[in-house]
Amino acid sequence: MTDEPIVNHIGVAGNKGPGIRSDCFVTIQLIEGGGFDIDLNSKVKALYADSIITLARDMLASFGLANVRLSIEDSGALPFVLAARIEAAIKQVIETDQEYWPDLIPENRYHTAKDRYRRSRLYLPGNTPKLMLNAGIHKPDGVILDLEDSVAPAKKDEARLLVRNALRQVDFYGAERMVRINQLPRGLDDLAYVVPHNVNLVLIPKVEKAEQVTQVDDRVQEIGRAQGLDHPVWLMPIIESALGVINAYAIASASPRVVALAIGLEDYTADIGAPRTAAGRESFFARSQLVNAARAAGIQPIDSVFSDVSDMEALRRVVGESKALGFDGMGCIHPRQIAVIHDAFAPSDQEIAKAKRIVLAFDEATAKGLGVVSLGSKMIDPPVVKRAQRVVDLAVKARKLEPDWRSEG
Amino acid sequence: MTTNQVENAVGRMIPAEINDKPVVPFPGVGKHRPTGRKYGPPIATCADYPADGDKRLPDLKAALIAAGLRDGMTISTHHHFRNGDLVANQVFEIAAELGVKDLVWFPSASFPCHAPIIERLKDGTVHHIEGSMNGPLGRFASEGGMRGAGVLRSHGGRYQAVQDGEVQIDIAIIAAPTADPFGNANGLTGPSACGLLGFALADSQYAHKVIVVTDNLVPFPCLPWQIQGNYVDYVVEMDVIGIPEKIVSGTTRVTKSPDRLYIADLTAQFCDAAGLIRDGFSFQAGAGGTALAIGNYFGDIMRRKGVTARFARGGSNQYLVGLLEEGLVEYILDGQTFDLEGVRSMRENPRHTDTSPFTSYNYHGKGNFASMVDIAILGATEVDVNFNGNVVTHSDGYLLHGIGGWQNALFGKTVILPIPLFRDRIPVIRDEVTTIVGPGELIDVIVTERGIAINPRRTDLLDAVKGSDLPIKTIHELKEEAERICGKPQAVEFGDRVIAAIKWVDGTVIDVVRQVK
Repeated sequence: MTDEPIVNHIGVAGNKGPGIRSDCFVTIQLIEGGGFDIDLNSKVKALYADSIITLARDMLASFGLANVRLSIEDSGALPFVLAARIEAAIKQVIETDQEYWPDLIPENRYHTAKDRYRRSRLYLPGNTPKLMLNAGIHKPDGVILDLEDSVAPAKKDEARLLVRNALRQVDFYGAERMVRINQLPRGLDDLAYVVPHNVNLVLIPKVEKAEQVTQVDDRVQEIGRAQGLDHPVWLMPIIESALGVINAYAIASASPRVVALAIGLEDYTADIGAPRTAAGRESFFARSQLVNAARAAGIQPIDSVFSDVSDMEALRRVVGESKALGFDGMGCIHPRQIAVIHDAFAPSDQEIAKAKRIVLAFDEATAKGLGVVSLGSKMIDPPVVKRAQRVVDLAVKARKLEPDWRSEG
Repeated sequence: MTTNQVENAVGRMIPAEINDKPVVPFPGVGKHRPTGRKYGPPIATCADYPADGDKRLPDLKAALIAAGLRDGMTISTHHHFRNGDLVANQVFEIAAELGVKDLVWFPSASFPCHAPIIERLKDGTVHHIEGSMNGPLGRFASEGGMRGAGVLRSHGGRYQAVQDGEVQIDIAIIAAPTADPFGNANGLTGPSACGLLGFALADSQYAHKVIVVTDNLVPFPCLPWQIQGNYVDYVVEMDVIGIPEKIVSGTTRVTKSPDRLYIADLTAQFCDAAGLIRDGFSFQAGAGGTALAIGNYFGDIMRRKGVTARFARGGSNQYLVGLLEEGLVEYILDGQTFDLEGVRSMRENPRHTDTSPFTSYNYHGKGNFASMVDIAILGATEVDVNFNGNVVTHSDGYLLHGIGGWQNALFGKTVILPIPLFRDRIPVIRDEVTTIVGPGELIDVIVTERGIAINPRRTDLLDAVKGSDLPIKTIHELKEEAERICGKPQAVEFGDRVIAAIKWVDGTVIDVVRQVK
């Protein structure tokens, strides 16, 4: 038997039933003697029974368990999901700080730049494995593994382990790997499960004061030092209340790790006591305030999500307004929204034409060793050049401009 | 049955006899040379048929008795009503009631609605099935429940087998949405309207006895006569022969899955980049959600480029009809009508015509339409690193699907399989497919959400997309990526007993399915 104190006799984790795929439901029970009694019911049994049983035995042994009845009802869970579910069940029957980390795949070792594009960020419910697997193929700028609103209160603990394992094992094909933690103080405890696993950015929900950002930042730094991490974890506070809107600039400038400021309109409109309308007049002040606060702090303003996933025309309209207000990006709750958002945030033909002229003028000035860039009789300031370069990059990304556009003249 | 085995041209071990009949192992595409003459049914005389043309009998039982139903006969039915068929089960219930044994059921396809036939297999009424076994019947056969071995054929292979006399149909029961007392019949009108009756063409021409069953009897003449009454022995009127909402439902909606839409979009982009979408081109239209989405994306590309397709061949539905009516597709050569819009269009539009496995798919004919199609988009349960494809078994060895027109459509000029890299945890690209249904030399492109693999034989396609931003990979790279994500699958163990033979389009055997352990 284990030396760990027994806290429960039966532990359960995961999901089963109609509509559940790529997941498993695990039940564990400590028994008196008899070793491992593992019952596997899996739709992929013919191909993976050996591998699943080996994983389960290895995990039980590594947690020091000797006599266990384990039942796995598997709907085609990948190994990282099986491991998260088994670990979550084990942690209900014994008290332990030990963790079982699957390998961090080489594809997930990248870091992201502070000013990278954040046009689209795709929300993925943190306890639903099937939505995670192919998220990256839709090429969002970022994916958000969500521990907050999309996870039922009873499932918070197991979601942390699933999100941790997803950060280590799911290839998101270059998307910025983000996690939305829970509202503080619970969210502070989430950080131990995400920061050591090369998360690129942490979203902090319902921020109202700069101190909340500092708290998260401090905890991230602390974990990072303990783990010997040498790269920053970026922060994106989400403002979802009147108080947050009023404090937006202080929040935006609370830490050099804050790279973007997002707004959550569902909660905000509830907070100010106005119904959320399609026209959005009730949130005009907040959105505009947020854009100004973010720009003043030198970071990116990011708009809320659009929740009607079937209405692509309305989405296109909303993104157009968003861009016109000064936002750099928007949240997505369905992969089909990504292309529409990228398309709408893409620069217009006139913007591209102007940016190309400025970038070419800059190239020419650099080639001639001139310190000053001019276009015709007008001097061009460095921020204007930088902005033009971003427009050109964005146009290439949106396939509105060939990567070798310079050679086309 | 398992004593004497030979290796065929794709490396599979094939027993020398199946169901006590000698087997020709698949010798390679186009290698088998048929000899002799076509099969001929007995000559009939008008002297034996009512001069007033009224061939009606009171009910199906009377017709089966009149047709001489007895032990060991081969009985055929058809799948025009798909999962809404109410006739086939009744045929075998009557046979059981009459104490007839050891029948061979020769459907053009079976569906989950035919699960009651499992009881007829158990009680000895039916000996075995020669035709697709979808769902419950396939599961039953896979577990060794059927006395004889199943024989699976493509739609074209079924026509070939009947024409060549490999299968001699004793009694064909043709369920017809509209018919007259003489036996002329069509699928265009009536409560069970299903479009066409092409799958029953061979049966009408070659069966010894033909029974037409309808719930919409019209006075002579029933026009158009997709089935000609001159082939028909008896006509039976019934209250209801099909469940309309199950006849025209199924996978006839564009997929909403973002992952499948992505694969569909990528497939269309590939076709565009490879220069396949050009004025006057043609394509095979499928009924699956992904295939429908690809049709829509083709429409977008055609509009943008200002080109039109000369014809689309295959299953019709509201989306394909939309392309026809918009003028983007000039003709629909319809093999199977999947919704009421398809039925309406076929009824009203002379550019939308019914076809049959004879015109489209029969390999033992003087050419067929399938090889004239520019782009064939098909599915698969598995593909291997040699591009061999499987559509009948799952990776766990269960036989759960039929071949349909899949093997026949492989003769299209460019064959593309848009498939996910893995389903749940099951990798779709394998070292070896569980069952070879189509040889790799006929499969050109695999499009997955994680990359596109082009058959190295198609250097023209490889050159055509060079320099594009499409994610072109090798099939081995895709297989390894699937295994990185899912883990390497363990080998599945099978028993020795052969539970089904997979026929190639020419009647040779390309593979067999063995009992699951």
